[in-house]
Amino acid sequence: MRVLKFLLQKELKQILRDPSIIVILFIMPMIQLIILPLAADYEIKNINLGIVDHDHSEYSRQLINKITSSGYFRLRDYSATFDQGMKAIGLDKTDLILEIPSQFERSLVKENQATLLVAVNAINGVKAGLGGAYIQGIIADYNQDIRTQWIQFPTFNPQPTIEVTSSNWYNPNMNYRVFMVPGILVMLVTMIGSSFASNNIVREKEMGTIEQINVSPIKKTQFILGKLIPFLILALTVLTVGLIVARVIYGIVPLGHYITIYIFAVFYLLAILGLGLLLSTYAQTQQQSMLVSFFVTMIFNLLSGLYTPIESMPMWAQIITKLNPVSYFIEVMRMVVLKGSGLNDIKYHILAMIGFAVFFNGWAILNYKKRSG
Amino acid sequence: MKQFFIFVKKEFLHIWRDRRTLFILIWMPIVQIILYGFALTNEVKNAKIAVYDQSNDEATTVITKQIDASRYFDVVKYIHSGNEIGAAFREGKIRMVIVFPQNFRNDLLHTNHAQIQLIADATDPNTANTLTNYAASIINDYQQSLNDNEDLPYTIKTQVRMLYNPELKGAYNFVPGVMALVLMIVCAMMTSISIVREKEMGTMEVILVSPLKPFRIIIAKTIPYLLISILNIACILLLSVYVLDVPVTGNLLLLIAESILFTITSLSLGILISNGAKTQQTAMFISMMSLFLPTLLFSGFLFPVENMPVPLQIISNIVPAKWYYIIVKEVMIKGLGFTAVWKETLILIGMTAVLLGISIRNFKIRLA
Repeated sequence: MRVLKFLLQKELKQILRDPSIIVILFIMPMIQLIILPLAADYEIKNINLGIVDHDHSEYSRQLINKITSSGYFRLRDYSATFDQGMKAIGLDKTDLILEIPSQFERSLVKENQATLLVAVNAINGVKAGLGGAYIQGIIADYNQDIRTQWIQFPTFNPQPTIEVTSSNWYNPNMNYRVFMVPGILVMLVTMIGSSFASNNIVREKEMGTIEQINVSPIKKTQFILGKLIPFLILALTVLTVGLIVARVIYGIVPLGHYITIYIFAVFYLLAILGLGLLLSTYAQTQQQSMLVSFFVTMIFNLLSGLYTPIESMPMWAQIITKLNPVSYFIEVMRMVVLKGSGLNDIKYHILAMIGFAVFFNGWAILNYKKRSG
Repeated sequence: MKQFFIFVKKEFLHIWRDRRTLFILIWMPIVQIILYGFALTNEVKNAKIAVYDQSNDEATTVITKQIDASRYFDVVKYIHSGNEIGAAFREGKIRMVIVFPQNFRNDLLHTNHAQIQLIADATDPNTANTLTNYAASIINDYQQSLNDNEDLPYTIKTQVRMLYNPELKGAYNFVPGVMALVLMIVCAMMTSISIVREKEMGTMEVILVSPLKPFRIIIAKTIPYLLISILNIACILLLSVYVLDVPVTGNLLLLIAESILFTITSLSLGILISNGAKTQQTAMFISMMSLFLPTLLFSGFLFPVENMPVPLQIISNIVPAKWYYIIVKEVMIKGLGFTAVWKETLILIGMTAVLLGISIRNFKIRLA
């Protein structure tokens, strides 16, 4: 115990006496947590609209008004021909063109039917899909308006209709930030936990100070614990500051208990720090360990469900997410913060984390033994 | 010149003998392309949903079956009381609950009006929106089939044409993004770390007393990374054409020339960072925070720049990756020529000149 105490003292002093560490550990993550959610806004709005109106009728004007007043579209270009409209798309001036044919109003009234053409820049598939859906929705609405103008519907429905009502639980305002902030916080804690822990040991290797530890009576378990505990404390502090930022700046108050988050976070960090230690036992230089931990955390983050839903992934990728501690924490974070899940709801997640922690740390200790022996 | 090549050879040996690093440098773009190409998609499919059917009649069974049969939904749970809805969501697996009221079919047949409620887990707003839309359109189809598909009067039909990427593949958007990201990491991050490493280990002193001019030393350090980046670009392009079916529609030579230009920009950023950083750890974190994240965020390939608050949109202009991303998109995907990207190219050249200028000046001052 005494040995461990001295080791902890050494590590904490080493960390706290490096002023750049404090900046890296606290200021950078806070800036990220403040800026990232502002930038990571997937909500599709402000689609740049180009119009090619060959009709210039009352109806075409009404339709354009209806589209621009919807709030999703910004009218950016008015072209006389379709080719000119296409040029505007090529220059990225517009994202979407609506072409209204000549005789639009006439054929609608006389022939009961008219066709509009919408061309979307689809390089960004998600944006194009939603943009196309929005404009079709608005056109359908407008179509309904016209019908009610022309036909008097009887009060009794002649045909069976199903009314679909929808409600959005947990996030009724559809606020994207509420969704992103907990996930981004997980990403920050993970990056700090894994890359710092692994770098720390490799640095001792590279500087040669690990030799001194290897010739001292410090046991391997004590050494690993001496590295684990300080970083656990640091990462929990970062998590705390992050939760405060989320509350003060974004007004995100977890529906569940903070205690639930912390209990899970401790197990999670033990697992992720263990992974960092494991990587460090294999790396020889800091450049190596940085690149390896960067590579691993990149894969973990991309396959964590932070950016894209896990169900949409193909089977092999879904299996990887099961072996990825980050995806568990992101899920737990969102469950506790947004849905108020309790310890009982996340018991399997905790068990999985204990498994990861035992596995990574056990491997790290075994592997470290080989080197010092 | 001979001395210079000896230095280049030294740097090559450094990288060549560190097999782990080399391995990752080569594999990183390949793994990224595969992940982005196959695993990461916003497309919603097989979303797990629950059904709370209070009437359990012919109509509700048919609708449930139709929803389950579509590729967007998987009905995994049947709920029997209103209280269970919250519990199902809290367990975290269910994305949406479909609620059929009592006497659904009776109401539909006798009053011609019935209701279905869709409750979505809106923690992820976009997915919730998409799911609600899909479910509503399936229900709408069912309703149409009841009405014998009669065409309504005064119908406006909309033809939608998807330009450049008719299948709405995500790959068209992220291949340019991954190119920018990988070049940033390989060039800027690795160069800065390898220069700072010499400082930290004390070997920089040894190199600096050699007869080679200091700036040549730095150039020698960057050349191997330049070659690795060109190799990476080749890998990414081959993968995107042959595995992801994203063709290079524009001029290949122009694309490669622009890529080399961006590589040089990134290398000069790396040199600049190495001037300021004293330890490898600092160099890495500066690269991460000031290069990697801005590239990810502001280049526009993950998140639409036009949605960001105005100050961030202004900041995005000083991120070199944004301009490179635009160039690659125009040349590779849209197939436009140099006339379409000369402005962006000039901006990149300007940035490179300024960055190189600053780092050369700083380097000389440090020597004095």
